[in-house]
Amino acid sequence: MERKTKIQAEDGRQDLVITREFDLPLDLLFRAYTEPGIIEQWMGTKVLKLENRPHGGYQFETSDGKGNVAFRANGAIHEFVPEKKITRTFEMENAPLGIQLEFLEFEPLSEDTSKLIMQIVYRSAKHREEQLKLPFSYGINMAHDRLEEVAGKLK
Amino acid sequence: MNLRRDVFQAIADPTRRAILLLVATQSMTAGVIAANFDTARPTVSKHLQILTECELLQQEQNGREIYYHFNAKKMKEVADFIEPFRKMWDDRFNKLEDVMKKYKSKK
Repeated sequence: MERKTKIQAEDGRQDLVITREFDLPLDLLFRAYTEPGIIEQWMGTKVLKLENRPHGGYQFETSDGKGNVAFRANGAIHEFVPEKKITRTFEMENAPLGIQLEFLEFEPLSEDTSKLIMQIVYRSAKHREEQLKLPFSYGINMAHDRLEEVAGKLK
Repeated sequence: MNLRRDVFQAIADPTRRAILLLVATQSMTAGVIAANFDTARPTVSKHLQILTECELLQQEQNGREIYYHFNAKKMKEVADFIEPFRKMWDDRFNKLEDVMKKYKSKK
């Protein structure tokens, strides 16, 4: 199975890193994060506010089929370097998950491909676990591949 | 849920992960496992007990000896916990890619 999106979550840490390579040139990948109309398409959320600049803010809102607000998130943008990086906070409203800090780095791989590295820092390792809803596999990555290989043989 | 949490605590420890890797290659007795570590024997026993309690290891009596087996099924279950989260992001990014490809062709 192809695994384009990788999650790295090391032992006892309060952050995780999500990496993804895209079959998209860098400028398109960056636009996907900065144009409200585009964000709405792939995130399936309404963009109430998006100020792409340092000290800017954003607010997203998702409704269920009946028009009730199911989810609302907001944050402040701290760094905004076009086609390079966005540093921002993220808060899911009315959820006891805490505020997180997100470092998004955009890199060109070739003319037609690019990479996104997203580091998410939680208030504590416990918050990281809570956010994921599921007990997260601390440090499993180290042992994971080999163990899975063994598990695969025994399936 | 509690039991599952225990599994995660079990694999959060580096020595226990090393034990799992060791036993995954071959079933072995507590003595042989302990011989692979500098850690004191009772400490290794404690690790084995924890791994057995959360079913990552299984004991099997073979004559006078007890062999520890690696329970691949349980490990698979644990490995799968990370999967829904990864899958969520993967789906989201696939969508992003699809949406943006339309913009590409418009250029």
